[in-house]
Amino acid sequence: MVARDVSIWKFANPARFMRLSGALLPWVSAAAAVTLTLGLVWGFFFTPDDYQQGSTVKIIYIHVPAATMAINVYAMMGVMSLIWLIRRHHVSALAAKAAAPVGAAMVLIALVTGALWGQPMWGTAWAWDPRLTSFLILFFFYVGYIALWAAIDDPDSAADLTSVLCLVGSVFAVVSRYAVYFWSQGLHQGSSLSLDKETNVADVFWRPLVICLAGFFLLFLALLLLRVRTEIRLRRARAIRLAAGEGA
Amino acid sequence: MPDLGPYSAYVLGSYAAALGLLAALVIASLRASARARAELERLEARHGRRRAS
Repeated sequence: MVARDVSIWKFANPARFMRLSGALLPWVSAAAAVTLTLGLVWGFFFTPDDYQQGSTVKIIYIHVPAATMAINVYAMMGVMSLIWLIRRHHVSALAAKAAAPVGAAMVLIALVTGALWGQPMWGTAWAWDPRLTSFLILFFFYVGYIALWAAIDDPDSAADLTSVLCLVGSVFAVVSRYAVYFWSQGLHQGSSLSLDKETNVADVFWRPLVICLAGFFLLFLALLLLRVRTEIRLRRARAIRLAAGEGA
Repeated sequence: MPDLGPYSAYVLGSYAAALGLLAALVIASLRASARARAELERLEARHGRRRAS
């Protein structure tokens, strides 16, 4: 009897990854488009105003999913970076590189929509609140990570250095997630989603919000697959140019 | 269109900014993907298809 190889590491093979991601990408993209459209249309058009926040509560359907993804994308990059440093799988380093602009866009959306929500509710678009400040620092880590990849020609050296930077920045991803618990409450409220029914948002807001969370996650997954495929193709093109003596 | 009251600029501004950023990200990713695919095909046509590709 031959044992079937079920190791997840087989997907670290670029050729195998290209085959699998090529088959998955159209389905994930379609699911993202449908889910995101459903969640946003439901939330924007078919939910009532909040008794305290009025119509600004509709910002929750983009602000919360974007902020959630911003933190989780960085955490995913941290795991991919660790895999690169330990096992030297190129696809993991490229996955972290491909995810960074998506995560940076998510932080930016969270910061902009947070400012637009904060202005009418708090009377200010910005405050040096623990969660807001840790998110701004997280954004700078994303920008620094992207800039470091762009600044180093040798891909393996770039992967090494960006992985270390990413792991250092992972502390801020954790701080961003738990900032409201680490310090005394600032302007920013606690988590909108909770297993505790008392602190969770009302069901009428919760249902479309969960769909938007799924939509943002699927959009990230689709963009990640697309962008990793791009990085693998660029890496192959570089290898062909080097082999042909054309330079990188 | 729902009545957004006095906060319409903030709500619509949030949606416009978020959807604009996401659209820009999707378009940039698709364009980069098309460029990389074309470049790889051009190189493979000139130098032959390598085992890894």
